[in-house]
Amino acid sequence: MKTLLARSTLAAAALVASLAAGGALAQDAAALQVRSWAATCANCHGTEGRSSSTDAGLAKLAGLDKAYLVEQLTAFREGKRPATIMHQLTKGYTPAQLDAIAGYFASQK
Amino acid sequence: MQRRALIQGAGATGLLALLGGCATSRVPESAKVVVVGGGYGGATAAKYVRLLSDHKIDVVLIEPNDSFISCPLSNLVLEGARDLSSLATSYDGLRRQHGITVVKDYVSAVDPAKKTVTLARGGSIRYDKLVLSPGVELQLDTVPGLSEAHAEGRVLQAWKAGPETVALRKQLEALPDGGVYALTVPEAPYRCPPGPYERVALVASYFKKAKPKSKVVLFDANPDVTSKGALFKKAWSELYPGLIEYRPQHKVVGIEGNTLKFEVQENFKADVLNVLPQQRAGQIAVQTGLANSNKRWVGVDYLTFQSTAAKDIHVIGDAIQLAAGMPKSGHMANSHAKVAAAAIVSELSGLAPNPKPLLTNTCYSFVAPDLVVHVASVHEYVEAEKTFKTVAGSGGLSSERNALEAQYALGWAKNIWADALG
Repeated sequence: MKTLLARSTLAAAALVASLAAGGALAQDAAALQVRSWAATCANCHGTEGRSSSTDAGLAKLAGLDKAYLVEQLTAFREGKRPATIMHQLTKGYTPAQLDAIAGYFASQK
Repeated sequence: MQRRALIQGAGATGLLALLGGCATSRVPESAKVVVVGGGYGGATAAKYVRLLSDHKIDVVLIEPNDSFISCPLSNLVLEGARDLSSLATSYDGLRRQHGITVVKDYVSAVDPAKKTVTLARGGSIRYDKLVLSPGVELQLDTVPGLSEAHAEGRVLQAWKAGPETVALRKQLEALPDGGVYALTVPEAPYRCPPGPYERVALVASYFKKAKPKSKVVLFDANPDVTSKGALFKKAWSELYPGLIEYRPQHKVVGIEGNTLKFEVQENFKADVLNVLPQQRAGQIAVQTGLANSNKRWVGVDYLTFQSTAAKDIHVIGDAIQLAAGMPKSGHMANSHAKVAAAAIVSELSGLAPNPKPLLTNTCYSFVAPDLVVHVASVHEYVEAEKTFKTVAGSGGLSSERNALEAQYALGWAKNIWADALG
């Protein structure tokens, strides 16, 4: 038991060391991809969804409920929610991409 | 004697150290990512390499100006609705919030083989990855007489927001009521496709209030308005009747005094000339041998924005050869920067780049200080063609000019400035 624990501790330490040696990125390619897609919203909605100008309707997205975000994005995409620009931009993303982006913003605090 | 020599020696050493400190105190000898140019593209790239690497990759940003000044919204300075200082953002956010080393200098040379950049004030920095975001160079020498007229301050461009924007505003203020302002547009591609059409609307807005007998004439080398055409033409005719004259297919081939000379048409004399010449990639990209598209623009691998002429040099923003439907805009430069930053972080971390990057463009134009129109688009990387293509059905124009989008335009500005520099 003691040996097993020591081995798993060693394995964990080796994993941390290999992550550090490999560029120190504790994220995988898929996570970086979603983060990059979400970054396309930051120009208007703030870095990582933390808008600094919500007064003009450019909503803060960070920390909003994922289901709510998906619902709104889908409504824009399907033309059910009126907009000046979001009905045009959301048509540039697939439903799966919008779902991933919504999940990313929901996970931000 | 010995003591005196020692003191002199120490003094000299101290002075040298001081001089050296002034010139190079914030210049690291080695860095992982060096970014050249602190505009919409470069500032964003610097910040996002830090963000996407969880602040683990070192970044040095080299920029000659004290602060970022936005080109978008700068036509409002010509109108009189804004001060230039309201368009400025400090680089302190990148320093303090993100640990980026910001060096105030020009890059005088890039050595792609040694992977170093040389600074104008001396010293060099080694890079693993270099991001060049040099913007455009205005080719004044393509219009005979323009270089001299510009050097004398008679004919301005104000196509890079800054002191020239203020100088052009002063020329408009000095114009007598009944005077003529002429703006010329080069053949596309040029920085900010809708910019000239916004500019004439806002100059006309100023004339309408302050000197209604004056006139704006827009000479366009293109066959028609290159962006948001119907919206601009409607705004010109309805908001500024009789104030704006639009003349397409007029290519300027010379300047003499206050007279514009055209390839085909009659000469035209105006009181204030604002001549936008042909443009190409910023000087450092051309000098480094990266402008391999018509000797004007930098070809890139769109998946990573790495130059097709040099490994480990990524070029973004207005300096690149555009994919179809991709405008030279600040928002687009910000989008390029994020794709390049993610690719750089991936590569330095031993990961493959995102195979499906997306870019957006949102461009707001003021047709009056409180009325705005937009064009928007979304672009996806298409592996089979190795380029970005506009996603079918995405994007579009405003249905009509409106006041709500004027608020959005100002909110967009605050957010994109914070996204790039905050």
